[in-house]
Amino acid sequence: MANKKVIVGLGSCGVAAGAAKIFDKLESLKNADKLSFELKKTSCIGMCFREPLVEVIDETGNFLYGNVDESKVIDIVERHIKNNEPVKEFVVHSNMFACADDYFFQTQVKIALRNCGLIDPESIEEYESREGYNAIKKILNEKWSNEDVIKTMIDSGLRGRGGGGFPTGMKWKFAFNNKADQKYIICNADEGDPGAFMDRSLLEGDPHAVLEGMIIGAYAIQATSGIIYCRAEYPLAIKRLNIALELARKKGYLGKSIFGVDGFDFDIYIKEGAGAFVCGEETALIASVEGKRGMPRIRPPFPAASGLWKKPTNINNVETFANVPWIILNGAAAYTKYGTGKSKGTKVFALAGKIRNSGLVEVPMGITIRDVIIKLGGGIPNDKKFKAVQLGGPSGGCIPEYLADTIVDYDSVTATGAIMGSGGMVVMDETTCMVDIARFFLNFTQAESCGKCTFCRIGTKRMLEILTRITEGKGQEGDIEKLEELAYQIKDNSLCGLGQTAPNPVLTTLKYFRNEYEAHIRDKKCPAKACKQLLTYTIDPEKCTGCTVCARKCPAGAIDGEKKLPHLIRQEACIKCGDCYSRCKFEAIGVF
Amino acid sequence: MRIARVFQDKIAEFHSDTDLTLLEPVLEKYQNVKGNLIPILQHTQDIFGYIPREAFIKISETTGLKLSDLYGVATFYAQFRLQPVGKHIIKVCHGTACHVQNSNKITDSLEDALNVKDGETSGDGLFTLESVACLGCCSLAPVMMIGVETFGKLTGNEAVRIIKEIKIKESI
Repeated sequence: MANKKVIVGLGSCGVAAGAAKIFDKLESLKNADKLSFELKKTSCIGMCFREPLVEVIDETGNFLYGNVDESKVIDIVERHIKNNEPVKEFVVHSNMFACADDYFFQTQVKIALRNCGLIDPESIEEYESREGYNAIKKILNEKWSNEDVIKTMIDSGLRGRGGGGFPTGMKWKFAFNNKADQKYIICNADEGDPGAFMDRSLLEGDPHAVLEGMIIGAYAIQATSGIIYCRAEYPLAIKRLNIALELARKKGYLGKSIFGVDGFDFDIYIKEGAGAFVCGEETALIASVEGKRGMPRIRPPFPAASGLWKKPTNINNVETFANVPWIILNGAAAYTKYGTGKSKGTKVFALAGKIRNSGLVEVPMGITIRDVIIKLGGGIPNDKKFKAVQLGGPSGGCIPEYLADTIVDYDSVTATGAIMGSGGMVVMDETTCMVDIARFFLNFTQAESCGKCTFCRIGTKRMLEILTRITEGKGQEGDIEKLEELAYQIKDNSLCGLGQTAPNPVLTTLKYFRNEYEAHIRDKKCPAKACKQLLTYTIDPEKCTGCTVCARKCPAGAIDGEKKLPHLIRQEACIKCGDCYSRCKFEAIGVF
Repeated sequence: MRIARVFQDKIAEFHSDTDLTLLEPVLEKYQNVKGNLIPILQHTQDIFGYIPREAFIKISETTGLKLSDLYGVATFYAQFRLQPVGKHIIKVCHGTACHVQNSNKITDSLEDALNVKDGETSGDGLFTLESVACLGCCSLAPVMMIGVETFGKLTGNEAVRIIKEIKIKESI
């Protein structure tokens, strides 16, 4: 029983699912019985739907246990660790036998996430044991010029993974061409799109990959200082980044004359964001690092010419940086093997919403959206119908089910009216109201608008008011046209990406689900039965037993009836809170 | 309307008993550091739980930064609070994934249980209820965060149970 390794997934999602307790339980069992297995930590492997996860590696192979609770831990220790018999019924993935979840791994190609869930993110040695820091060492040993690095990045076709999709190599080239005594390289880790969490997972699971990507970028553009602008809402990511920075400095990978190369001075600092979605825009991010209100400014000058403290500055996203070391080590050609004409390589998607297997997946560009949702995501739970998928966060749009065979690449997704964005995929089923979703996003962009451009500041507010009254059953004829007019005005007259894309959720839902808007406005009905104020609650006299629960609990006193006789809801008094519906044990209350 | 930020633009009343000496190490650390304004405000909030009126004045006097700039930055970012808060801050996630999994229900239940509105602090000073845009735990939606601990796959009742447990621990 020696030489066994037991690895617990302790990313944010794992911890929230109870993985810390599992780790403690394993530790106490280990100490109590003086067992000699090695107990280790790792981060998210992407199977959030099976958290907490425990992997056991023994002489024969790897066994990944899913949905582990304390009683399963006891079984695993007793049967697998002590008696060398894997507990097959709890195994979700193994290299020894087929498991139900194998498809989840088969379709994926892990480049950015190559180490996530496999290494201990708090150990630099584990990163190095998987070719970590070999890419920068290769560049230095083989004496690559700055142009060599930049050319490899251009050849790889890697495009900005934060949403913009601008070719990374070109960005580096611009920053390199602008000569200055000081240059900055910034990692944008202000992951603000609600529904996207790949940057968090990467920083928590493989912080050194991001650091190495930044060091390579610094070498390419001759940057002297690096900054990671990270959301304060990600405390675990910040903690692990700090540990990684400390370890890298100790090894001489950051600081003065790094990797023993004279004159290669480069260090990285963390800047905690203070919570403003607009700071994902690069000029706003720079203003924020400078300690000002994070408001975008007119470009040009682009940051590559005049950025932080008016010095040439290059900004890339977390996922972009994580791809860089792999591309340098394996060559641009290996990367372009994956993907489509204009979108090379792989993309990480965060699956969430009404989907069975929520989690992180990395797939080659060119796969269809349907494959991601049905094959990898396992489809929609509770026998509901797949209705739409929201791509690209508040700047993106909703793609309806009948367009789900659209392939995943920058241009095909943009053609639907959505955007690739940072890769959040929120899946919606028949119970999701598309007008409500549009209102939800407008509510978000309206609150996050920095207020600089009038159309964005006031236009989004007007759009939100119209959407709110539609969902409340007060929609008027002409509202749809007003929404469209405002949407185009805001798009045309806003300075930054936030305003230019804020109307996208409304425009795409209008394009694909116009009938839902019309049902809300004309018939005062919500087809998805999600907008409370448009619902009518009635009692089926056949099913009502007269138990009086609803009448006693109704906060508006809108239900009348004698004991043991069918009750009645007085519609004029009903406030549509749905309390009676959730309390009725006899399914006698219907919603229309 | 959930994730609409609860905008705070009213600075707290003057308290003469605020221990401003706690601020000195922070001000010293960031003296003459470019772009120091946001980290100073963040540390101030870590110390006091919010940014007191007298701290604004002290920071301005020590660093030479204009009070108007301090106020401008403090009201721009969602993180900064200008009023005292409860001991535990409950951040209920209202990101897209949580929204489609009915996070409104979580906030409603907590509002009822604590007898506060979104953004307010409970009468016993134990809890402040907040709505946040996205905590990045979308796969466990709906979620909330109390301190550094994240709770996932919540229901209204489950959220209220967690609050009650904290209350019991506090009363011992």
